[in-house]
Amino acid sequence: MTKGTVSGVVSNMVTLRVDGPVLQGEICYIHTGGVRLMAEVIKVLGQDVYVQVFESTRGLKVGAEAEFTGHMLEIQLGPGMLSKNYDGLQNDLDEMEGVFLKRGQYTDPLDNDRLWVFKPLAKPGDVVQESDWLGEVEENHQPLKIMAPFQLKGKATVKSIVPEGEYHVRDVVAVLTDEQGNDVNVTMVQHWPVKFAMTNYAEKPRPFKLLETGVRTIDTFNPIVEGGTGFIPGPFGTGKTVLQHAISKQAEADIVIIAACGERANEVVEIFSEFPELVDPHTGRKLMERTIIIANTSNMPVAAREASVYTAMTMAEYYRSMGLRVLLMADSTSRWAQALREMSNRMEELPGPDAFPMDLGALISNFYGRAGYVILRNGQTGSVTFLGTVSPAGGNLKEPVTENTKKVARCFYGLEQDRADKKRYPAVNPIDSYSKYLEYPEFAQYMQEHINAEWIPKVLRLKTRMQRGKEIAEQINILGDDGVPVEYHITFWKSEVIDFVILQQDAFDEVDSVTSLERQEEILNLVTDICNKDDYHFETFLDVTDFFKKLINLCKQMNYSEYKSEAYYDYIRQVKELVGM
Amino acid sequence: MATAFQKVYTQISQITKATCSLKAKGVGYDELALINGKLAQVVKIMGDDVTLQVFEGTGGIPTNAEVVFLGKAPSLKVSEQLAGRFFNAYGQPIDGGPEIEGREVEIGGPSVNPVRRKQPSELIATGIAGIDLNNTLVSGQKIPFFADPDQPFNEVMALVALRAKADKIILGGMGMTNDDYYFFRNTFSNAGALDRIIAFMNTTEDPAVERLLVPDMALAAAEYFAVEKHETVLVLLTDMTSYADSLSIVSNRMDQIPSKDSMPGSLYSDLAKIYEKAVQFPESVGGGSITIIAVTTLSGGDITHAVPDNTGYITEGQLYLRRDTDTGKVIVDPFRSLSRLKQLVAGKKTRKDHAQVMNAAIRLYADAANAKTKLENGFDLTDYDNRCLQFAHEYAEKLLAIDVNLNTEEMLDVTWSLLQKYFRLEEVNIKKEFTDIYWGKA
Repeated sequence: MTKGTVSGVVSNMVTLRVDGPVLQGEICYIHTGGVRLMAEVIKVLGQDVYVQVFESTRGLKVGAEAEFTGHMLEIQLGPGMLSKNYDGLQNDLDEMEGVFLKRGQYTDPLDNDRLWVFKPLAKPGDVVQESDWLGEVEENHQPLKIMAPFQLKGKATVKSIVPEGEYHVRDVVAVLTDEQGNDVNVTMVQHWPVKFAMTNYAEKPRPFKLLETGVRTIDTFNPIVEGGTGFIPGPFGTGKTVLQHAISKQAEADIVIIAACGERANEVVEIFSEFPELVDPHTGRKLMERTIIIANTSNMPVAAREASVYTAMTMAEYYRSMGLRVLLMADSTSRWAQALREMSNRMEELPGPDAFPMDLGALISNFYGRAGYVILRNGQTGSVTFLGTVSPAGGNLKEPVTENTKKVARCFYGLEQDRADKKRYPAVNPIDSYSKYLEYPEFAQYMQEHINAEWIPKVLRLKTRMQRGKEIAEQINILGDDGVPVEYHITFWKSEVIDFVILQQDAFDEVDSVTSLERQEEILNLVTDICNKDDYHFETFLDVTDFFKKLINLCKQMNYSEYKSEAYYDYIRQVKELVGM
Repeated sequence: MATAFQKVYTQISQITKATCSLKAKGVGYDELALINGKLAQVVKIMGDDVTLQVFEGTGGIPTNAEVVFLGKAPSLKVSEQLAGRFFNAYGQPIDGGPEIEGREVEIGGPSVNPVRRKQPSELIATGIAGIDLNNTLVSGQKIPFFADPDQPFNEVMALVALRAKADKIILGGMGMTNDDYYFFRNTFSNAGALDRIIAFMNTTEDPAVERLLVPDMALAAAEYFAVEKHETVLVLLTDMTSYADSLSIVSNRMDQIPSKDSMPGSLYSDLAKIYEKAVQFPESVGGGSITIIAVTTLSGGDITHAVPDNTGYITEGQLYLRRDTDTGKVIVDPFRSLSRLKQLVAGKKTRKDHAQVMNAAIRLYADAANAKTKLENGFDLTDYDNRCLQFAHEYAEKLLAIDVNLNTEEMLDVTWSLLQKYFRLEEVNIKKEFTDIYWGKA
């Protein structure tokens, strides 16, 4: 293998003089003070190789030796990853010693001692390709597939496969004969370079199945679909993380992967401490069982921050190849972009807008492009739904990360300072936010078949009402309460009903935090009926205000009541009585 | 200070306002050096060329200065002796007392493994309703005051530090005026709290680049008391904007491409490294916590500037002070202020109605702000508008003002009484289970 010697150090960028060939993106280890520091090649200039070190370089000296590994940054994939807490380089954080993260400490991501019940799905003589399913292992009630090696070229024949029984992850469970007649040993462990997309599927059609999140402003107003993409930009303090956590707790997915990318450690701790206690509303099992956390908090090394989102995406693609529905959340993609900027700056590259590297847009679009709903070669389907948050500098959406993300993500959930200040949570702006999926005929058909044909038209009409309500609010601000007809006040207050009853939701209330689709439909119908009624009679705008405040209060109490409880029906009755429906 | 075995270099090849370069071998990254007795740190190594950042500035350094490398990163001697002492940015006593004896630790050490942290859950009571009621602080939290330079943030911070029941209060002063330094000294001394105080001071009289060491010094001391003595430590950092200004000076001198507001591209990581030292340790490692309360001064209230903006994304909320024109008092602004960890204690360590009462009052205070705009624009006010305005006045005076000193239970009772005084039940939008208990009782 190629060896190198340190010739320069600037923060975490190190230059090495090498004695042989290197790959762009190759991983190497630099020896210093009795530890090995992992680093990645980012630029080659003749014999001088620039690497970014994934650790602190304190005390590193010129002349320190480095050894190259011959491969790019890759992760290991296999049973035993669910409910684990990894760092951005897939080290198992629970296995690391001590209170503080020690430099140069790397741990095995998979448990080599644990036994798994393997059930063969293929039999000798079967002809298979890379990623084809050979066997099955159950982990936390998920049927995980053991697949033919991702690196397998062309077709291969199953030579032998072990009978059902207990095996370790690195035991050989099958032997394949490849096209050259060589034997290929298959274990439960796969390797994949994180920067490359997995394309082991037959087709990637447009996604169309609603992904239920239990958050009304998403499901009802701007739905996301299985295999869809979306992003949540917002200034600090507008509730990005609360919204992301709510989605990750409630979404109807088989696997949830959370990449905490350059964010606060206490937010990750919140997931560590709450998810093992919380119950998945769809299966009744503990949330942690279906969750993987990739934690690169803001004080952890910057270079590993970029790696963390790729590590998370690669894991998501791995589960998708097994026909599972994966939800991937990254908080926040801006931190990843900043990590790229820091490195580009140290390499003294010519900067693009706001000093970000020129290829930022391309990197973002390639990354979002890895999500999707796929049909596997065996006809099964799987999906990676990706939701990223963006932390725009100064809350200004005209900045490179937001603009480049907007070009590729299909759903936009813009968090608004003004709504947050008024405690109208979730602070998703109802006018500017959108879901492109509402325009997909495939999605309309799915909703017609699974809920009802009226759903989307009703939602679109409510959206128009929100728009109208906003216009009137502006007019009232200019002309005064008395300056507009009473009817204007009615129209305005109808939009407030939509806002208070459908859009606003208490993420910290046990009942209100999750709303099932069935309940959302009832709320949608109720609010639509309230808005469609056009024979309200009021003398003055004050009567309008009084009436609708009373109405909103009743509806809120309804939202706080257990679904289908006596109180719930009682509030509905009171609402109908008040409105005269 | 050079010992017999240390090599002395005497040929400096380049001097800028903040850095010196020379040819040297066997030098480690981040290592300290003395240039004619002035402390400097290695910031760049390229082959034999070593660039040093000189903390005091390079004025008066000759090209033939004696350079000695110390073989270690900046460090602090830690022991119980730190308590009650005042130091400069290098950790040297400035109070006339003796040198500290203890174990030497490198400052700016590694991060806590996130899985070894505990979710913060202990309320820090300050008696100020703008904080305890609306933006409750929790041990292990990191939160700054966003304030214009003319606001009394240092006074509020001293008050919070003294009322919070911390075992140690560590003050990191960066670019602090001498007057403020004396204010803190006198306040802590008058309160009889000097034995709990440790201060690292860089005043406006000291070189600007020196202050880059202050937060790491303060936090190294904090980690000693939190990790080894399992104490509750409160760290006060004022002012972090001065710290960031020094970062930009250094990066500018090193010819780095500036990003927003001439700050270095690494500003987010640089600030996060400091703030993320805030931590609550679990009982399994003996407990102990570090809470950070900082000050970020704003220029004309502009929070889109890179320093407050990046800070806001790192810290767990922010507290704004502003003068309320109605009452003439300084209040904790309920709109822009936020404590992200408040839901960990609100209604759990405090009375169950806490969250709902707080939200209702702030919503009505927002309605009052709207009414005020209407009034200013010359529109007639409704009865509801007038009631909101009256409520806002009393709410600001009795709760938001920083001179309030109540326990949380009293704060909630006062809020209920104000709500009932000015509003009808259906106007407050509070869950029935609470109005059943408290409406008409307070």
